[in-house]
Amino acid sequence: MTNDLSVRNIVRKFGDFTAVDDVSFDVPQGSFFSILGPSGCGKTTLLRMIAGFDEPTAGTLTIRDQDMRGVPPNKRPVNLVFQHLALFPMMNVVENIGFGLKRRGMSSAEISKRCVAILERVDLPGYGKKRIDQLSGGQKQRVAIARCLVMEPSVLLLDEPLGALDLKLREQMKVELKKLQANVGTTFIYITHDQSEALVMSDRIAVMNEGRFEQVGSPRELYNDPRTPFVARFVGDNNSWSGEVEESAEYTTICTSEGLHFRARSHRSYKSGTRVDLFLRPEALRIEPKDLTGLNTFKVSVKAILFDGANSRLLTVMPGGHELLVNLPQNRQFDHIEPGASITLGWHPDSGLCFKV
Amino acid sequence: MKKVTLLAAACCFFMATAVQAETLKILTWKGYAPRVLIEKFEKDTGIKVEATFSNNEEMIAKLRATRGAGFDLAQPSQDRISSVQEKFKIYQAVDYSRIDTKLFIPSMLDAVKSNTKVGDNSYAVPFCWGTSGLIVNSDKAAKADDWNALMDPEFKGRISYRLKRPTLIAVGFALGYDPFALYSDAVGYKEMLDKVAEALINTKPLVKNYWANGDGLLESMRSSEVFVAMAWDSGGWKLHDENKAIDFKAPKKGALGWIDTFAIPSKAKNVDAAYKWINFIMAPENAAYFTTQEKVPTASQGANAFVSAEVRANFERSFPQETIDNIKWYPPVPAKLEVMEGKILDKIKAAK
Amino acid sequence: MMGNGFRITFWLFLSPVLLWLFLLIVIPHIDLLLLSFRGESDMGDPIWTLQNYKNFFIEPIYWYTFLRTALYAMITTFCTFILALPVSFYIVKLARPRTRGFLTVLLLLPFWVSELVRVYGWMILLRESGVFNYFMLKMGIIDQPIEMLYNDITMIMGLVYTSMLFMVVPLISVMESLDDSLIEAAHDLEASRFDILRTIIIPHCKPGITSGSIVVFMLALGNYLTPNLMGGKNSLWFTEQIYNQFIASFNWNQGAAFGFLLLVLSSVIIWVGLKVTRQNLGEVAS
Ligand SMILES: Nc1ncnc2c1ncn2[C@@H]1O[C@H](COP(=O)(O)OP(=O)(O)OP(=O)(O)O)[C@@H](O)[C@H]1O
Ligand SMILES: [Mg+2]
Repeated sequence: MTNDLSVRNIVRKFGDFTAVDDVSFDVPQGSFFSILGPSGCGKTTLLRMIAGFDEPTAGTLTIRDQDMRGVPPNKRPVNLVFQHLALFPMMNVVENIGFGLKRRGMSSAEISKRCVAILERVDLPGYGKKRIDQLSGGQKQRVAIARCLVMEPSVLLLDEPLGALDLKLREQMKVELKKLQANVGTTFIYITHDQSEALVMSDRIAVMNEGRFEQVGSPRELYNDPRTPFVARFVGDNNSWSGEVEESAEYTTICTSEGLHFRARSHRSYKSGTRVDLFLRPEALRIEPKDLTGLNTFKVSVKAILFDGANSRLLTVMPGGHELLVNLPQNRQFDHIEPGASITLGWHPDSGLCFKV
Repeated sequence: MKKVTLLAAACCFFMATAVQAETLKILTWKGYAPRVLIEKFEKDTGIKVEATFSNNEEMIAKLRATRGAGFDLAQPSQDRISSVQEKFKIYQAVDYSRIDTKLFIPSMLDAVKSNTKVGDNSYAVPFCWGTSGLIVNSDKAAKADDWNALMDPEFKGRISYRLKRPTLIAVGFALGYDPFALYSDAVGYKEMLDKVAEALINTKPLVKNYWANGDGLLESMRSSEVFVAMAWDSGGWKLHDENKAIDFKAPKKGALGWIDTFAIPSKAKNVDAAYKWINFIMAPENAAYFTTQEKVPTASQGANAFVSAEVRANFERSFPQETIDNIKWYPPVPAKLEVMEGKILDKIKAAK
Repeated sequence: MMGNGFRITFWLFLSPVLLWLFLLIVIPHIDLLLLSFRGESDMGDPIWTLQNYKNFFIEPIYWYTFLRTALYAMITTFCTFILALPVSFYIVKLARPRTRGFLTVLLLLPFWVSELVRVYGWMILLRESGVFNYFMLKMGIIDQPIEMLYNDITMIMGLVYTSMLFMVVPLISVMESLDDSLIEAAHDLEASRFDILRTIIIPHCKPGITSGSIVVFMLALGNYLTPNLMGGKNSLWFTEQIYNQFIASFNWNQGAAFGFLLLVLSSVIIWVGLKVTRQNLGEVAS
């Protein structure tokens, strides 16, 4: 499989401040690639360099094996869906969508044919004559995407396009975007600070922090096997303890600051006495496990029940005051648990992961 | 409520101060009320003088708009008084008993009296006089000596004049008419104007610009942008002081002579002060000071003795006796002519 | 009771304003309007007549001058627009905040002196013995001084210079509301610079362009000094004709009629302009 986009050692500095710091990655053709990171980590800056609105301070950028240095945005085979969509308010829907084709000098019959087709594709048939301010948020969203897709770009760039939508619509659009991408087969590079968007839609995700890529991998890899504490914290929910290594063997044994002894995985072995953080997903904690062999166990008291259907959790506290989230399976088995109750939790050493601080 | 009272109080205050100091408001030409003389007059009489500078047309328009109010004294040219007075009644008759007639050259006083007569009354006394003629840079245009120099292709691009009625008259003379004789013959005058317009339109490419501002013209002559211009004698003499090559020349067909006067607007507030000013400025030393400053001779009897030698030399150089005798003095303008002339002037200006 | 008291004070405070407006704006205009319908019969008696208005259409000089004035005012408006657009774009979108303030002051600077001084300034620069000619001669670009004053191009330049601010200010205010990402989006969709200007910037700035154009057009049409002093021999401007009627010909009736014709005809031109560009005044004002 060929790469639509290759980025090598790209750097962007604003004065002394490095917004994008030595980033390299490849995006295979037809894939859905997300860049996930907290606000201000440099995502937009990176995307603007790919689109051509900004030049890298150093590094190279090739799209379909063509070096993009010095190529202006209107000459690049990529299109950008802006963070705030940037639909042209002075034009109606078809004029917006046909804008780029018209610039290419395409005949108006051909343009209107393609506009009809793409509107069909984004599920807005018959909306062509509407003014932009007559559309709902989700519809605008789709028009913005259609406006780019109709250009048949090699790569479609999307800058937090769901940011302005309400939660419900966002959930819905997530799925639709994924379907749309699968349908059209265009390479998507999607920027977001919302890890659930990234996890749901992407083939591959790059986690970005302070201008650097922390880890690039499939959603599952990132979730199950974070390579850095930042990824562990940022992707999905995690409970954490800090402690010291006692022994490093098949499992690493640590003593937490509360004095508990846990065994857990680590990517490498640490000398005893090393300070580490231990991360553990809420769903790895089992409530009142029957079979305790090989598990780390300890007692907590229930502080609150966070009911959220299939996502329900228990908020528990350890004797020292340390709070933990625990998944609460909705199979009626634990209906008896009330706030204030004292319960035993257990977890398998394979689920916990230690990182040197 | 407070605001209103305050405002009222302020108004009263201003009115009070306005009444308190006696003022004389003169509507005149630039230079006709020199600062030194104003200060002297204020010291002598305690009357404050406010001078507003203008020209004939604007003076008349201003007074007409207020129906003769707003000023205590005006200084229109003598030929522009009687028809205006007949129509708009903006002046009051001059009480010659309040004027010190000994201060005036008798022939001039009489001429102005008769030229500004409407009904039984006369409406002006003379102040100063001068002529319109040519200002010529003799290094560049030695042969310019008559009005037709203004249309001479030899001076292409170096000619300037005002697009105003005196130019029409001058060109009328140049074309062999006697415009002043035609004043009473509207049809004949119209014919002449058409010929004048034709001539001026045909020679338009020769003209550098139509000057509108005296200082602007002097600058153009000084910098040799213009060689021949139609202008007032005093301007030519000013330039002669700086550059001997430039001088005023009375055209062969005769310079156009004008007399500027004193006339009292019909609703003047301070008539006493107006008469005081007239008698003050016509005193020989004061009139001579004015002449020396502005190079404009006055109707003051005996002022000549006090005028500086250079200024007198100017006059004697440009005006030997036969030239004086040849001056064409403007007679009073009949009312109808000005509308006619206005149209012709527009036509000339608009032509390509 | 209280409402009543308020109403009275309200009117008490408003009445001077209304009176002021009435006295200063409405009354003189009514007076002029009446004047414009007065004339003299052949016997010299004052009568009511339409002759003053008829004269405008009968006498070619008058309507020719008006057409010329209107045409040049339009050219001025257009030139001002062409110049003001990049200037305001630069000020709003490209300049740094400090440069922005500086540039705005630079635009305001000419208005700290009176129009007369400004026009004389230009004349000193452009005249045959002027500053430009001096330097061009010195540098050997020309060997004969050239007269740059007294032609239509110089006059239009003077008018454009005077009008610039009145176009730039409304343009700046509409441009500030133009989202940069719209321009970038168009650029991303393969639009050239000119396409962006034509399809995004100008449509967005339309209200500002219209209001700026109206102001500049009216200012140019009503200008007196610049065409008169810089335009020279051929530049009879309609305002000058009004002035001449009032001042030189003492024909106030004709002058008043011209004044009203100017008002009506320029309003018609603006109305047609709005219709042609499919706008209405309410939109522009908001
Ligand atoms: N033109 C610029 N000049 C200086 N600093 C800039 C510029 N553009 C961006 N930055 C800085 O670079 C950093 C990254 O900005 P960027 O817009 O890429 O963040 P982001 O990851 O897209 O954030 P968000 O999720 O909030 O949109 C920020 O700290 C920002 O302040
Ligand atoms: Mg961003």
